Amino acid sequence: MTARRAPSLRRRLVVQLLALAAVLAVLLFAAVRFSAERASEATLDAILGAATIAMAEEIRSAEGGAVIDLSPGTFSMLAAMGDERIFYRVNLGAATLTGYDDLPLPEAVPAALAPMFYSTPYRDTQVRIAAVSRSLRIDNRPATLLVLVGQTRAGQSAIAQGLANRAAAVGLVVFLLAVPLSLLAADNLLRPIARLAAAVGRRGPHDLRPVRAATPAELVPLVVALNSFIARLRGTLAQTETFIAEAAHHIRTPLAVMRTEAEMALHHSGDEATRARLRRLIRAVDDSARSAGQLLDHATVLYRADQQTPAEVELGALALALIERFRPTAEMKDMRLTLVPAAVALWVHGDAVLIEAALRNLIDNAIKYSPAETEVTLTLAAQAGQAVIRCRDHGRGVAGARLEALTSRFQRGPNVGDVAGSGLGLTIVSEAMAAMGGDFALDAAEGEGTCATLSLPLRAA
Amino acid sequence: MRFLLVEDNRELAASVAARLALDGHGVDQAHTLAQAADCLACAGYDLILLDITLPDGDGRDFLARHRRAEHQTPVIVMTARSAVSDRVDALDTGADDYITKPFDFAELEARCRAVLRRRGGAAQTLRRYADVVFDPLAATLSVGDDLRDLRSREMRLFELFVSAPGRILSKEHLCDRLFSFSEPVSDNAIEVYVGRLRKKLAGSRARIETVRGLGYRLTEA
Repeated sequence: MTARRAPSLRRRLVVQLLALAAVLAVLLFAAVRFSAERASEATLDAILGAATIAMAEEIRSAEGGAVIDLSPGTFSMLAAMGDERIFYRVNLGAATLTGYDDLPLPEAVPAALAPMFYSTPYRDTQVRIAAVSRSLRIDNRPATLLVLVGQTRAGQSAIAQGLANRAAAVGLVVFLLAVPLSLLAADNLLRPIARLAAAVGRRGPHDLRPVRAATPAELVPLVVALNSFIARLRGTLAQTETFIAEAAHHIRTPLAVMRTEAEMALHHSGDEATRARLRRLIRAVDDSARSAGQLLDHATVLYRADQQTPAEVELGALALALIERFRPTAEMKDMRLTLVPAAVALWVHGDAVLIEAALRNLIDNAIKYSPAETEVTLTLAAQAGQAVIRCRDHGRGVAGARLEALTSRFQRGPNVGDVAGSGLGLTIVSEAMAAMGGDFALDAAEGEGTCATLSLPLRAA
Repeated sequence: MRFLLVEDNRELAASVAARLALDGHGVDQAHTLAQAADCLACAGYDLILLDITLPDGDGRDFLARHRRAEHQTPVIVMTARSAVSDRVDALDTGADDYITKPFDFAELEARCRAVLRRRGGAAQTLRRYADVVFDPLAATLSVGDDLRDLRSREMRLFELFVSAPGRILSKEHLCDRLFSFSEPVSDNAIEVYVGRLRKKLAGSRARIETVRGLGYRLTEA
């Protein structure tokens, strides 16, 4: 089942960033173009205005009219305008004194010598016109002199076009630069999410510690929700452990009563048939107690494997305590338990309860499957960075059964005979070892019996 | 030996007490931690058998208090809970050993002996029959000045005889006490151990007689 996929955050982010970049590029283009046009028009207008004013100033009143005497300066100013065509018109009052009498007049009379600019179509082209007015006294009567100078702006619009093209290019470049940058920004922004996902994804299937990775404030609600989920899961597992313990209690106590009563009955009964029945009963009780114990141990080992709280464990001390623990059991069969300690302390990184469970099952098996008055030797050694524990017995061996078969749940060797067992012991051993990155091997020992080997990585010195 | 049995399940307590009495031990029962404290205040015990789950508290807390008060009586915890973690806990709290319910009484005895041996033993464990002094804790027989080591099964076998001198003990009865019920036992196993015990008793006035068709009995020559 795959969850319905919402649009990718990354794609959304990139698309939005690119849209923003496009808008910015267009705005940039418009702004560059507008201000460039403005700047060039202002420059040209200033020259046109100056020339117009100069022209207006060079008109003098004369008898019955006005005299225009254009100075070379004015001409050179007009000439500086490049290849533009120039039109002019000088009006005195309503009459056109000279120039093109169809050059459009301004809508209003400009004030004194402040030129008025306007653009207008004229003939087959667009002209920019500067209009200047001036008062003259002609024949002692005031008259208004209006000077218009028009200029085509072909050059300027070509320049403006060029500028616009360049502005467009700049806009495009800005946009193109924005593409990788927004991809980068999106990745960068989404990295904490990826990191969080990796931190959670890297965990083993049984790692139920709360997530502690540093997260940006926006992700905190997600992490809080995740951690509360993990806490609930842990709670459920802890209940499972409590349940395991309770279950054990409720199974074992009545079994203990049953066994004790049966033993008493056996002691007091003189009838051999009844005694045989009672023996079978006690055996059955032992079997079920052992099975229940192994099942619960197995569940506990699985639970601990899930919940591992690794610590530094010294195998020498652990093995010694176990050997002491098993000594009375071995003694009942007149067996000797020997511990050959390692030359150095064997510190490993693991769960003492799991190691103990593994080792206990090995020693238990060794005693169980060995004849009376034999020896079981536990040898500890450090070998090539590994702490190695060998448990060697002189028992019946495993009759060539393969380790995989023996470590499967409820599988027992072909030669267990009538020795009671649940088929879980070696499963517990191999699962405990696997949980701690250790290794478990079972070999036929030289001579007779079995040699079981546990190895765990030694803690780095 | 004198036991204090702290167990809240009265049926189990009664069974265990009766079973221990069968082997000649004295047992006081306590069903709560409070009763256990009362018993300890009034009498001395060789060993305390302590359950973990009790109505008025956790056996391990009791154990910790017991150890803090520097009581030296050895404690064997009887646990019925999920073994793996409980065992470690119990030993960490100061128990001398633990045993998982249901238990084999032979194993319980073996554990008691081991604990008492470690603790330096109880002096009253020496037993005498004829000219033989028997120390079950050290697993030795002495005839005069001659000290003889017994293996565990020989010792347990002799203990059975010494506990019922003159009584005929059947092979089956001896087998039931000497071997685990889940262990294959050959028909002549008992004969083998009786033979060995006779060798260890050689030179003493104690004899293990064969009563044909019935079993064996310990007699004094």
